[in-house]
Amino acid sequence: MLKQAFAIFWKDLASELRTRYAINALLMFVVVTLAVIMFALVGETLSPGALTGMLWVVMFFAAMSGLSRSFVAEEERGTSMTLQLLATPTAIYLGKLLFNLLLVLALNIFIVLLFLLTMDQFTVAQIDLFWFVILLGSIGIASATTIIAAIIAKANTKGTLFPVLSFPVILPLLMAGISATKIAVEEPMWDTVWPDLQLLGSYIVVVITISFLLFEFVWKD
Amino acid sequence: MQISATGIGKKFNRRSIFREVDFSVETGEVFGIIGRNGSGKSTLLRIIGGLLSPSAGSISYGINGTDVSVEHLHRVMGYAAPYLTLYEEFSAAENIALYAKIRGLQKGSSDIAALLDRVGLPTDRKDPIRAYSSGMMQRMKLIFSILHEPPLLLLDEPISNLDREGMAVVYDIVAEQKKTGTVIIATNDDEDIAQCDRTLRVEGRA
Ligand SMILES: Nc1ncnc2c1ncn2[C@@H]1O[C@H](COP(=O)(O)OP(=O)(O)OP(=O)(O)O)[C@@H](O)[C@H]1O
Ligand SMILES: [Mg+2]
Repeated sequence: MLKQAFAIFWKDLASELRTRYAINALLMFVVVTLAVIMFALVGETLSPGALTGMLWVVMFFAAMSGLSRSFVAEEERGTSMTLQLLATPTAIYLGKLLFNLLLVLALNIFIVLLFLLTMDQFTVAQIDLFWFVILLGSIGIASATTIIAAIIAKANTKGTLFPVLSFPVILPLLMAGISATKIAVEEPMWDTVWPDLQLLGSYIVVVITISFLLFEFVWKD
Repeated sequence: MQISATGIGKKFNRRSIFREVDFSVETGEVFGIIGRNGSGKSTLLRIIGGLLSPSAGSISYGINGTDVSVEHLHRVMGYAAPYLTLYEEFSAAENIALYAKIRGLQKGSSDIAALLDRVGLPTDRKDPIRAYSSGMMQRMKLIFSILHEPPLLLLDEPISNLDREGMAVVYDIVAEQKKTGTVIIATNDDEDIAQCDRTLRVEGRA
C-alpha cells in the first residue's frame, strides 16, 4: 500500500515537473503578492506581529491558488478512472497527500525566506520554534486542502468553491498557527505556545483520520 | 473468474437506464454486451468493473471459488475503453513503467518493449503519447488492460480506431485471455460479436 502511494506520489511529481501545472501558478502568486505588500508598506513601520498575520494570509491564499490542482487535474484530463483502475482509494489519497505535503512545504519555505529577506521589520525572536510552527502549519494546510480538493474535483464549480469551502475547515489551523507564529516572533516562551502546538498537532491527526474514512466515498462516482 | 449479477439496475438522476439485468459469466468465456447506442452497455460495463455503483442489485466475483471484493477488483481486472484517458504527458514506456510501479510489478525495459511489440507500437519513441494517433492510443489502452495479466478483461468497443492489423491484435488478446480467464466485451460491431460465446442485450432507453 505504501509502495503504491509512493508510486502515485512520484507520478505526480514527474508530471508536475513536466507540465508545471501548479508550480507556475503558485510562484506567480507568491511573487506578485509579496511585491504588492512591499509597495503597500513603503514608509510604514509594522510590528513583527502584524507582519506575521500578513505572512499567514499569503500562505493561505497561495495554498488556495494552486493546491486544488492535484485532483482537479486528474478529473479534468479524465485520468481519474485510470488511477481508479490501478490502485486502492487509500493509496491514491496517501500519494496525493504526500505530493501536496511536499508542495506546501516547499512553497511555504520559499514564502518565509522571501519574507525574511525582503521585510527588514520582520525579525524572529525564536527561529527554531518559528520554523517548527511553519512545518506544522504546512502539514495542516496540506492535509486539509487534499481532502477538500478531492471533494471539489467532483463538483462543477471547481475554482470558486475551493477557498469558500476551505476557509471554515482551515480556520482553527489559521488561528492556532498565527498565534503560535506570533509567539515565536515576539516573545520566545515555550509554555505559552504549548496550547497552540497541541491544537496544531491534533488538527492534523483529526483531519487526516477523517480524510482516510471519507476519501473512498468522495472518490468514487 | 466467475461473475454473477442479479437484478442490476441503474438510474442517473432518477432517470432509469436499465433495470433487472441478470447474467453470469464463467471462466473461459467471452461474454458480449450488445444493444443500441445509449442503451447502457458502457454503463453496465462500468458497473461490472466496480467503477460505478448500481442503483439496484448486486454482483459477486469469484476466482476458483474464492470471493473477490469490489475494492480489490482492480488487481484482477483489466479495462480498456474509449472514455479512458492515459497519462499523455509521459511516453509510452514511461506510462507502462508507471502502471507497473503502481501495481507493484517488476517490468524491465525488455518487458516493456515486448508489450509494445505485442500491440504493434514502436518501441523507440520517447515523445509523450499526447502526440499519438487515436489508433495508437487504443493500442496503448490495450497494454494498460493486459499488463498485469488479469483473470478478468473488460473491453468497451475494443476495436474502435483500429485498422485490420490492430483488430487482429485485439482478437489475439481475447483468444489468449479465453484460455485461462474471462472476457466481457461491450460492442455493436459484428466482428466483435462473432468473438463472443454468448451475448446479453441491454434494452435501455437512451
Ligand atoms: N454520468 C452520467 N450521467 C447521466 N447520464 C449518463 C451518465 N453516463 C451515461 N448516461 C446515460 O446513460 C445512457 C446509456 O449510456 P451508455 O454510455 O451506457 O450507452 P452505450 O450503450 O454504451 O452507448 P454507445 O453504443 O453509444 O456506446 C445514455 O442515455 C447516457 O446519456
Ligand atoms: Mg458505450
